[in-house]
Order: sequence, then structure tokens, then C-alpha cells
Amino acid sequence: MDGDTMGGLSPAATARFGIPVAVLAEITHRCPLQCPYCSNPVEMERAQAELSTEDWLRVLGELADLGVLQVHFSGGEPLVRRDLERLVARAAEVGLYTNLITSAVTLTRERLAALAEAGLDHVQISFQSSEEGLGNRIGGYRKGHAKKLEAATWVRDLDLPLTVNAVMHRQNLHQLPEIIEMAVALDAARLEVANVQYYGWALRNRAALMPTLAQIETASAVVEAARARLGPRLVIDYVEPDYYAARPKKCMGGWGRQFFNISPSGKVLPCHAAETITALDFDSVRDRPLAWIWEHSHALNLYRGTDWMPEPCRGCAHKEEDYGGCRCQAFALTGEAGATDPACALSPRHEEIFAAALRDSATGSDRFTYRNFAGGTLEPVTEPADDAG
Amino acid sequence: MSEARAALGPQSRPALPRFVKLRHDRARGIWVLLAPERVLVPDETAVEVLKLCDGATTLDEIAAALARRYDAPRAAILTDIAAMLDDLAAKGFLRDMSEAS
Repeated sequence: MDGDTMGGLSPAATARFGIPVAVLAEITHRCPLQCPYCSNPVEMERAQAELSTEDWLRVLGELADLGVLQVHFSGGEPLVRRDLERLVARAAEVGLYTNLITSAVTLTRERLAALAEAGLDHVQISFQSSEEGLGNRIGGYRKGHAKKLEAATWVRDLDLPLTVNAVMHRQNLHQLPEIIEMAVALDAARLEVANVQYYGWALRNRAALMPTLAQIETASAVVEAARARLGPRLVIDYVEPDYYAARPKKCMGGWGRQFFNISPSGKVLPCHAAETITALDFDSVRDRPLAWIWEHSHALNLYRGTDWMPEPCRGCAHKEEDYGGCRCQAFALTGEAGATDPACALSPRHEEIFAAALRDSATGSDRFTYRNFAGGTLEPVTEPADDAG
Repeated sequence: MSEARAALGPQSRPALPRFVKLRHDRARGIWVLLAPERVLVPDETAVEVLKLCDGATTLDEIAAALARRYDAPRAAILTDIAAMLDDLAAKGFLRDMSEAS
């Protein structure tokens, strides 16, 4: 375990795959919302499996020693943990830039003030829609949308920068112009327009979520126009859906290169979805120092760089641009995490898999399977209230 | 964020807002500017300028200090740093405290 006492990386490791920049700390999988595209694994970790406060206080120090610059407190809903203020204070103490990624539906003004006092730097609030009817239906939580709007005003009152995060899919893409206006009205500095990525819960709900090609073309044009109109007043980060691209996304900037994720029980994952790859074993911060894990974890080393690649990636001119796409998507769609991401037009499975997926956009039912600890619950059937959507 | 921001002038008092942090990154041996979902790497000159952006010192005074330190013409430095800081201000990462009063 060389390098442990230093608390940092060996020079060889630093040269080979670099120092991680940002870490997603998923401190719990518990959440009051039930979004059908949740990025948590279908098999979620329960409260009794979660890391203790002391574990997290130690891990935050290890992150800073490793050279991590930003920590994103996420979940589940991170506000569920009553020790969040202590974790934020510790992160601030060791010099980490702190982001809170929240649904905000259980936030109070007092708690937000306490978090700001503890050193919180930035708040990101998720919105499911631009209006409460659809928003509350997607989140499976009554009055959620109104609570989010209220919480967003508190964020700005406290002079914290606000990011609005909007996960987009077939059932809300038509609201994109209103979502952009909402972000402006809330005085957000950033808007993340993130199209659903299809693994875990979202893959189970793909038929209800997959957008049409026409929707995506419209959305891209709406984003372009808004950027031109708003300039730096609202920075719009737009994640295009790779189902409609010819090239796969450079997922996480490459496996185990710049980011990692810590699960509620302490597992170190290359991304939040990596546990969907059921063949992998991940090291835990309960058993090993973080610096050791980043350098030596079998799961992290498995798809690092380009040596692991099969054809057509191995001989491809773009292999350093996209690192073969997304391992989770490759596993979800082909059963092999080491396969070329079928999002790539050069994948031999591209036509067969993507043609089928796109049929979902035209023929799929809008009915959701809600995310929960029970393994999912099908949305109740109600009388159609209107067809304005 | 705020509307119709005026360009920085000699009497501006630039400061980083609370949520933008200039830090020395020990692991990489560089200075970084940390902002929401962003890590910027300012060059050596920019770091020296940002260290002086305390919200009390005017841009003109910052230029004078740098002119003395680097034995360079003050007017040219003022133009250069105003452009650099304007760019940061446009992103919402820098404020002019002289506008607050």
C-alpha cells in the first residue's frame, strides 16, 4: 500500500491517469421523490448500510489530500441526512468547493441558512417540469413543484449561486422554452438541460421517456436560440441524448480519469450508474484509503485508458476522444461492459439496438414505473384529465 | 445574473463573490479558481491580479501596484487587467464593489 502515508497518489499514478477533479458523494439513497429516471441503482442501499458521520468526515479529508477540488453532496436526497451541515462544514474546512444537489422539497429557509453558514458554495435544484401538474406527477410527490420554487428564492436571498437542473424526456421536452424562462425568473446562473440517460430506472421506463427525433431537433434549436439571446446571463449546459447521435458521449471524461462517485455505503464507483454493471466488484472506503482505491481498484483499472478496447474501438481514430463511450450503456444494451457503446454508429449492434429503442418513442405508453425501495411501483391508471400535453 | 453590467473602470473595486474561490492546489502545484461546476486555471499574472481583488482596492491602484512590481507601464497594465476581469465579471465570477454603494 505505497503512498498511503502520504495521503496522495504515487507519481506514476498521477502521470498515468491523473488526479480526480470532482467527486459525487451520494450520501443516501433515501428520497421523498420517485422520479422514474432516477440515476440510483434499481437495488438501492438502505439507511442502515449508510456510512456514519465519522466515516464521511474522514473521507472528506482524504478527498482533499488526494487533490479533489469539488464535492457534490447528492443522493437520493442529501437533506435526508441530519448530519449534512457537519459534512459541509468539514468539506469547507479542508478546502473542498461544496455543491448541494437537491430536490429541495424538504428544504427549509432555516436549514439552508445553516448550510450556508457551514460553508456551502452552490445549490443545484432539480425541476421535473415548468408547471406543477406534470412536475408533481413525474416526481410522484404532491406540492413538490411549489416547494422547489420557494426554495430557489431562498437560495438567491442568501446570495448563493443557483443551478436549475432539468431532466428532459418525451413527456416534458415540449416545456423546454418555459423551463428556460423559469430559470431566468429564478435568477439561476446555470441551467442544466440533461436528457435522460437510459440505464437502471430510466431503462425500465424507456418506453415512457424516449423522445422523438423531432423533439430533440426542436430542443437543440431552442437551446441555441436561448444561448444567443441570454448570453452569460444564464449559462445553459445541454446534454444531448446519445440515442440520436452518431458518436457516443465521452462518458465521465473517460472511465476513472477525472471523477468518481461514493455510494451511500462507501463504494467507490467510476460514475453514479456503474453498479448497474453487475459483474463488477467495487472497493469501499470502509476497507481501504481513497488514494489506494483510486490507484489500485480493479474496477477502476478495468476500463481505464484504451488498452482494454475491442475492435472497432481499438483501431479507431476517435478512441481518445470518446474512450469508447459509456460502459454502463454497453452493458445494459449488449450484456458486455467491454463492448463498443451501441450509441456509436460504428458499433455492429448500433442499428439493431437503436432502431428498437427509437420505436419506443412512437409507440410506448406514457405510464411510469416509480422508483422506490420496493423495486418499483407502476403508476396508477387514472381517467385522462386532459390531452393538452 | 444581474442585468446590464457596466464595464470595469479605473475606479472599480473588484472582488470575488463569496462563492468563487481562489485556491492554491497542492496536489497539482497550480492556482485554481473554483466556481459552480467549474474549475478555471488562471495564468500567473491573473493570479497576482486576483490576489489584489479585495473589494476595497481600486482597479487603478491594482494596476499601479503591478506596474511597480513588474516595472511596466501602468496604462497598458490597466487595459490588460480590465479586459481579463471583465471577462470574469461577465461569467458572474467577479463583482465590482464600487457599484454596491
